[in-house]
Amino acid sequence: MEKEHNLFDFISVRYRDVIDIPNLSVGRGITTLFGPSGGGKTTILKMLNRMVSPTEGKIFYNSTPLVETNPVEHRRRVVMLSQNPVMFEGSIHDNLNAPFKFQKRPFPHDSAIYQVLESVGLDKNLKTTVNVLSGGEKQRLALARIILLQPEVFLLDEPSSALDADSADIVIETICHKARIEKKSIIMVTHSKTIARKYSDIIIRVAQGKITGQELNDERGS
Amino acid sequence: MNGVAELTLWQIITAYLFVIIVLIITRSRGISRTKEIVLSSVRMTLQLVLAGYILVYILDHPNPFATIGIVALMEVFAIYTIIGKFKGILTGELKIVIALSMGLGAGSCLLYLILAVIGVNPWYDPQYFIPIAGMVIGNSMTGVSLAVKNLLDGMTTRKQWIEEALILGAAPREATSDIINRTFDSAIMPTINSMLGMGIIFLPGMMTGQILAGISPTTAIAYQIAIMLAILGSVAMTVILTLQMGYKTFFNREEQLV
Repeated sequence: MEKEHNLFDFISVRYRDVIDIPNLSVGRGITTLFGPSGGGKTTILKMLNRMVSPTEGKIFYNSTPLVETNPVEHRRRVVMLSQNPVMFEGSIHDNLNAPFKFQKRPFPHDSAIYQVLESVGLDKNLKTTVNVLSGGEKQRLALARIILLQPEVFLLDEPSSALDADSADIVIETICHKARIEKKSIIMVTHSKTIARKYSDIIIRVAQGKITGQELNDERGS
Repeated sequence: MNGVAELTLWQIITAYLFVIIVLIITRSRGISRTKEIVLSSVRMTLQLVLAGYILVYILDHPNPFATIGIVALMEVFAIYTIIGKFKGILTGELKIVIALSMGLGAGSCLLYLILAVIGVNPWYDPQYFIPIAGMVIGNSMTGVSLAVKNLLDGMTTRKQWIEEALILGAAPREATSDIINRTFDSAIMPTINSMLGMGIIFLPGMMTGQILAGISPTTAIAYQIAIMLAILGSVAMTVILTLQMGYKTFFNREEQLV
């Protein structure tokens, strides 16, 4: 049987004085980057999405060096949800269609859109303008936006930061469940120990730009 | 048509009464602009006197090298004027883009107008080439200045928007298309507006000059139409070239915002 590649491999990766990772492998499934704020978790996520490039060393995706891939194509396969996602002008519908327009892909059918909105708990008319949405609703919309894209990997930067604890639980459980069924991977940044313990297969501890620990999560609930 | 009435030196001097009026207004209101008003009036006079004498010589001695040299000088001056407006802000790459756009956009429209539309013979006849080049290059300079300003503003104020688009898989071209379209629109609007008002709200300078010089208004109109269309084409060409090449200077090879 052919050996399965790691999802990402880091070899001697440095980014200015912010990140220093001599060696790291991230497998498939759900991985959490866990650690205190300002420790470099978001920068690592941005490196995986190629919004930031290492100043030294190499990152591999499915054993292919990232520098040998097309950055735009890569971002379409490995989609990131920012901590403070920006909403585009217009309606919920416009925001959900925007990435499809960027990627020159056919727009999803309204029934598919409503299904995803329901899964993230956003019960709104598609014509609603985004200006009237609360912070939590915008975060749900942003999550729906990337779920619709069906990428190979979801990079989630504090996906529950604008949600209350109960909503966060539902939303994260939804995307994790979806990822497991569709055999997609998630790399999620969080500083919540509860979220890390509840959903991840692997927990990677990050502090001061370094990997301070990596463990299999035996306590996973879902 | 009557011949043109020559202005004597004394008649021109009496026109400076307008400057004195402006100076009286500004000084009485306590607006400290005396130096600029005097300087701009003196500079305008000296520059035009110098240009007049140079033009007299060049028109009397038509020469392709002189014509090309003067047009090239206009281009260089226009490029430096645009770059000078954004001192310390423009990258080296963007300066090259501005120079290329002005050269290619204004140059090609100018040549088409002179050679294909008007059919000037000989092609380098400075009587046509130089004044028309001045109008085409000058208007393109204004358009490109506006485009560069709005491009810089757009790339700064909408930085987060562009980053979000990139994160969601947009190529830089798609991520900036909205900014490019809005900037193009705002840069060509002054030309479009001036075309809308032409002949009704105001008579354009070139046409007024020709009529004053005794040329039939119908001939003056024909030239004005051709030149106005060339200006529209040149402004659009230089602006779109600036924007199409310019947005790329904001991204690195990794398709990241720099």
